[in-house]
Amino acid sequence: MCRIGAIKSTDYFHPSKALLLMRSQQKGHDNSGFAMVMQDLGGRFADYKDLPILSMACSDRGMAIAEDILHKEGFVRVMQWSPEINFRDELNIEPMPNYVFQVFQYPRSFKYAPQEEKEELLVDMRLRLRSVLEESDDGYVYSFWPDVLTLKEIGDPQDIGTYFGLWKEDNDFTAKVITAQCRQNTNYDIVRYAAHPFFLQGYTALANGENTFYEKNKNFQKGLYKGYLGFESDSQCFLYTLHYIHKILKWPLEYYKHAITPLPFEDMSKREDGEALRYIRSSLSNLEINGPNTIIGVLPDGTLFNTCDAKKLRPTVIGKHNGTVVMTSEVSGINEVLPGRNWEEDIYTNERETVVITNNLEVQRWQQ
Amino acid sequence: MATMRVNEISRDDLDWQINYSSDRCTMCGSCVAACPFEAIEAGMEKRRKVVSDYLTPEPKVEFKAVPVIKQKVDVYKFCRGCGVCERVCPNTAIKPVRNEDARFTIKYRGMLADPFKRGGRANLSTGVRTLDKIRVGRISQMTDPSLDASRHTFDMLAPFGRILPADELPFTLENGRLKIDSSVLPPMNWIYPVIIGDMSIGALSWRMWEAMAIATAYLNEECGLPVRMCSGEGGVPIRLLKSRFLKYTILQIASGHFGWNRIINSMPYMQELPGGVLIKIGQGAKPGDGGLLQAKKVASHIQEIRGVPKTDLLSPPNHQGLYSIEESVQKMFLTFNSAFKFKVPVAIKVAASATSVSVYNNLLRDPYNIVGGFFLDGILGGTGAANEVSLDHTGHPIVSKLRDCYLAATHQGKQSQIPLWGAGGLGQTGNLAADAFKMIALGANGVFTGKLMLQLAGCVGNDHGKCNACNTGLCPVGITTQNPTLVKRLDIDRVAENIVNYFLSVDSELKKLLAPIGNSSLPVGRSDCLISEDKAVADRLQIQYAC
Repeated sequence: MCRIGAIKSTDYFHPSKALLLMRSQQKGHDNSGFAMVMQDLGGRFADYKDLPILSMACSDRGMAIAEDILHKEGFVRVMQWSPEINFRDELNIEPMPNYVFQVFQYPRSFKYAPQEEKEELLVDMRLRLRSVLEESDDGYVYSFWPDVLTLKEIGDPQDIGTYFGLWKEDNDFTAKVITAQCRQNTNYDIVRYAAHPFFLQGYTALANGENTFYEKNKNFQKGLYKGYLGFESDSQCFLYTLHYIHKILKWPLEYYKHAITPLPFEDMSKREDGEALRYIRSSLSNLEINGPNTIIGVLPDGTLFNTCDAKKLRPTVIGKHNGTVVMTSEVSGINEVLPGRNWEEDIYTNERETVVITNNLEVQRWQQ
Repeated sequence: MATMRVNEISRDDLDWQINYSSDRCTMCGSCVAACPFEAIEAGMEKRRKVVSDYLTPEPKVEFKAVPVIKQKVDVYKFCRGCGVCERVCPNTAIKPVRNEDARFTIKYRGMLADPFKRGGRANLSTGVRTLDKIRVGRISQMTDPSLDASRHTFDMLAPFGRILPADELPFTLENGRLKIDSSVLPPMNWIYPVIIGDMSIGALSWRMWEAMAIATAYLNEECGLPVRMCSGEGGVPIRLLKSRFLKYTILQIASGHFGWNRIINSMPYMQELPGGVLIKIGQGAKPGDGGLLQAKKVASHIQEIRGVPKTDLLSPPNHQGLYSIEESVQKMFLTFNSAFKFKVPVAIKVAASATSVSVYNNLLRDPYNIVGGFFLDGILGGTGAANEVSLDHTGHPIVSKLRDCYLAATHQGKQSQIPLWGAGGLGQTGNLAADAFKMIALGANGVFTGKLMLQLAGCVGNDHGKCNACNTGLCPVGITTQNPTLVKRLDIDRVAENIVNYFLSVDSELKKLLAPIGNSSLPVGRSDCLISEDKAVADRLQIQYAC
């Protein structure tokens, strides 16, 4: 099983918290990788909130290729930061030569462009970089988006933390939302892209479980939007469905649950919006998931949520204490990060529920 | 020297020979009375017998005329091997035996200058069915646990009607909730994924048809399975049209348009809308052959329902005035949808053929969003009478064609927008649930079945030339005949009961297949759960090859 977790706080915090959260659940994964997405960044990235950050792992050549493409398109680099590498032979990690987090200014021609055009541009650029780097196996582009930073690596999460110096807490590298995963790689070869969390246009999703409707999901999603590609993991489908429901169809988040785990027909008919649900189920039957899953998602505005499959086959628990909310696979993780909380108030999301954490850390429980 | 009359038909030409033992026969006459084909008759034979009635042997020869049962040797009255004589004989004195050296159909054609006709079964052995070369191979164990088929709740419904893509649904947002204006949407019903295929009330006896209708109503109202039954061409009794049971019936219109004026005339009196309308273009068992109801089956009630005199009723193989896909869409749009004020889904049924994918592609691009389903009927389907040459030598297997259609839709991102329903030999080997499940995993939304219903009713025919007399109007068990004496042989309640029971078992068995793959809803297109040990089949259907 993968182990997944998310921390959302009113104050900036360091990713060491996320490592701590995940390490305590070590028996639940196979140490084959660690990945995290940081959103709403503080520290050295705090002054660049509106500018896209490129998160990339690559070779020297890959870096040159990527910079060349971006410069030709008119992007101007504003800031660059690479984590300090602490290489030691005994570390169980398969690193790429370079890890770069570069902040870019939009091309001049986009100065007055509407937000949507900028968003499409960023997707186009990421896809282009990805495809060019993929050809020569020179690198991996994880995200290219304002105020978002992604790190994915193969190896032992503990060693990955050491390698990138993530165990040492500081104020320069912080965020208000961090989602993270420790991998249990059962289905696929270990591919860097396959590690969660997956990110697209401000949406983040990570999941613990299997998607038995993977093929259906994939076949359908491929044609819905240019950014729906890769499919290195069956969990990637959950991100694309989230993006499709919320961003493209512009439906309220509540309907994400209705798309992935529709109510039985009998229950639908009892609801006021039953007719709408029936049509959603008809049109989006290919986006259903029928396997065991628990999904953690983040919306572009920072809203954090968790929802499960309709059979409630994968565990998840949510705890809250002093301006921090943690959701993760095992309660041991929360015990580690929020030792002082009242554990009796922990939430174990049920199979028909979506638990939403708003930006002022209000916990909402929506029953499907 | 006597002439050898080799050009005349003789007993050894026949497909079936009557095996009769006079020493067991009590001449009760049951067999002769039961044989609807008049293939046997009572006759006399002169027998030589050596007897002795003294204390010491003193043999003497006696000649006696004894009554016997004889087989007729005739191109019109010949044994079909149905075995009804054997069933009624109290002393097992008689039975038909297959003649391996038969050449009857050659003689028949040579003598009558007429194609040989028989009931709707393909009798050319084509080997193991493709569906039987596929297994459900993904058995979830630990990663994605299988379900408990007995306790878990399953949601097994299939769409019938045009489905719009999500971005075309007419939603408005009110207080954070989506509201839909369904009055502007194409009609769509969720029904059981197995329906009773189209068999007309002329082809079947009225009791058989009624038994299916009773079973359908029972399944819906007592068992909670929303099974639909297609009327077949040729209309529906007005009593049913005006009843509340109409909602379980899919009305069919075929090229003959028989019975439609009665349906139209009944509209003002309908309490319920029909479950759907199905336009039949062709059928899989005899594509290009059209329907034929011989005058002998056009009984008075058929005349009344169809509004015709007693005569051969031929439905041409195409709709007159409808020669293209565009026209078929228009026809649905202009006539059948508007007839029911766009409240009833209208689907189309075609025979599986080399052009099925083209037709489906074209329908998928239908600008009116009006095509409510694509029913694809493969070879091995069909129940009606036909020329043997059509039954055995035309048509296309269903499995790969269904798969092609699904993949074509998937390629365009339009899968499930026009629900795909497939049939043609499903349930042929007795297990409809397995066949249905595999078809669904290959991309069908649902399946329909016809011939299996006849088997449940007691059809004695098989795919090896047994009986196959649906064309004669003399069905020995009262299923495909309008002859009042023969129809009475059908126990209508038992037939309905058998059909209901079979559906209940299919429901359980479908769950038994859904459970191991961990699905609680229909696995439409989940071909990843199928495997084949036949490389060619695996490659062709794009499923996993396992060995």
